[in-house]
Amino acid sequence: MSKMKKSPWIMHYDGASCNGCDIEVLACLTPLYDVERFGVINTGNPKHADILLITGGINTQCESVVKQIYSQMAEPKVVVAVGICACNGGVFKDCYNIKGGVDTTIPVDVYVPGCAARPESIIDGVVKAVDILEEKYENMKKKGGKAH
Amino acid sequence: MIMSKRSVIPFGPQHPVLPEPIHLDLVLEDEKIIEAIPSIGYVHRRLEKLIDKRDFKDYLYVIERLCGICSFMHGMGYCEAVERVFDTEIPDRAKYLRMIWCEMSRIHSHLLWLGLLADAFGFDALFMQCWRMREKVLDMFEASTGGRVIFSVNTIGGVRKDMSKDMLKGFVNEFNSMEKEIRRLTDVFLHDYSVETRLRGLGILTKEDALRFGAVGPMMRASSIAQDTRKTGYLAYNDIDFDIITSDECDGYARCFVRINEIFQSINIIRQAVEKIPDGQISVPIKGNPDGEAFVRLEQPRGEAIYYVKGNGTKFLDRVRVRTPTFTNLTSLINILPGSELADVGLQILTIDPCVSCTER
Amino acid sequence: MRENYKIIDISYSDITDIMLNCQKQGDRLVQMHAVSIPSGAILYYSVSTGDNEFVTYKTQVSDDVVLPSISSIYPNAILYENEMKELFGVNIDCISLDYNNRLYRINVETPFKKPAKEGE
Repeated sequence: MSKMKKSPWIMHYDGASCNGCDIEVLACLTPLYDVERFGVINTGNPKHADILLITGGINTQCESVVKQIYSQMAEPKVVVAVGICACNGGVFKDCYNIKGGVDTTIPVDVYVPGCAARPESIIDGVVKAVDILEEKYENMKKKGGKAH
Repeated sequence: MIMSKRSVIPFGPQHPVLPEPIHLDLVLEDEKIIEAIPSIGYVHRRLEKLIDKRDFKDYLYVIERLCGICSFMHGMGYCEAVERVFDTEIPDRAKYLRMIWCEMSRIHSHLLWLGLLADAFGFDALFMQCWRMREKVLDMFEASTGGRVIFSVNTIGGVRKDMSKDMLKGFVNEFNSMEKEIRRLTDVFLHDYSVETRLRGLGILTKEDALRFGAVGPMMRASSIAQDTRKTGYLAYNDIDFDIITSDECDGYARCFVRINEIFQSINIIRQAVEKIPDGQISVPIKGNPDGEAFVRLEQPRGEAIYYVKGNGTKFLDRVRVRTPTFTNLTSLINILPGSELADVGLQILTIDPCVSCTER
Repeated sequence: MRENYKIIDISYSDITDIMLNCQKQGDRLVQMHAVSIPSGAILYYSVSTGDNEFVTYKTQVSDDVVLPSISSIYPNAILYENEMKELFGVNIDCISLDYNNRLYRINVETPFKKPAKEGE
């Protein structure tokens, strides 16, 4: 990544996580790690967001919420699964209420493993997601889609 | 006369002010809240049921992941309960080490909460400052345990890692300099005009109500009930000199006051603990399988937590039960919401310091 | 030093009276939980007295017993009672906020319940 063309806005949703990855995602936004230097802003509105960070596995109840948030986001969009639970269910895989990782519900582009995922790796994941976002955007343009 | 209109507004599970998903159905009359009905279960994993698949030693690593904020205390509570079933006493040094880590957890959790509170009333610079301070505590955790969030430093019968004298001394020095910086933050939280206007009179919970609704922790102490589970003397808290911090004001400001002062109290406890820590073993071996039941109570950053363990003589336990502080504080929340305005709901929820993933397990 | 606590065995029919008495003395309800046994459950009701002493009342119920709710005495019992009802299949009547087994909205019915022993 030499330079970024856009400032990606991220949205964070907590699936059935233990909170550990959530606070690490928030820690990324605060002075020590500071993802805002990449132009990344945290937003609470799915319609504003380009990158969706999901922590934790998916249970029967949050499944519909995750699907809904994903469908509300505008194209192009990228999903980052943060933490091992979001990747495949992790330590809670055997719980009867956990369906598995985020990819059981919505397509995932970047996997960030770790328990809890370290801020450095989350930032790395976000930077990778930005590349994928650019790629998707180019593809949309080629197809003559609605991208401007 | 125009009749006021009633409407139901769903709040959450995804909401900018909520770091974790919880859902409230708010019944409103114009802007005033009449009733709040919570629905939970968005983070429900049912990890208490995993005892069927993990033996009691492996289960420690599951229960640590009950919540990322108090992961140390969850692991410790479970260990204490199992040790109690075995009727084992852990070495004194392990007790002190656990106590130091406990108080460090409390400091980082309260700083985290202060930051989120500042974020909720729209004071971004303050949020960033609190979290900057918190990183220093996490650095100390990383130096002593190897983890930032999940530590896995407890084991049944003691702790797995020791801290050297130099390390402990370094921590105390670090906390001394932190204390000065936190004093400056305290000035803003307790004496800034705009912060006071947002917090004073917010979500009043009287002493009688706090007892009736079973409020715990800073929530209860802010309603002038002087109860702190640390005073029951688990670990080595009996050797430490500290007072229970209470406030008579019963509102959001009081809860902020109690939590801020608990940070200084925790720093003080760490200083005393470092002075008094004895030399010796850090763990004792455990033989056999647990048989019997035991309760353990401890004071988490959010309040009193209960751990219950029942063994049946095999390596798989019969039942593990954790009652976390937010589970009981939720009742207080739905009772302080009526009468307040919709715009204050986010802040009200934060004053109880909710930890949803603890609550739903 | 470890905290001492009391566990008192009681009959399930006395539970309302005992809880009412505790409430009058100014005790707070600390927690309630259930442990599954074949065709029934053991229930624990813990209170903390004004001096922060920990007392637990323990009672055993079988599947056909209908327990009265204590949520009118202690409002914070609603979540505990809904949990017992949904996960352990304990029959509790008249909870002041009854989620009708939809507290956690899980797909499995009473997952913690132990199946009755064979021959019973």
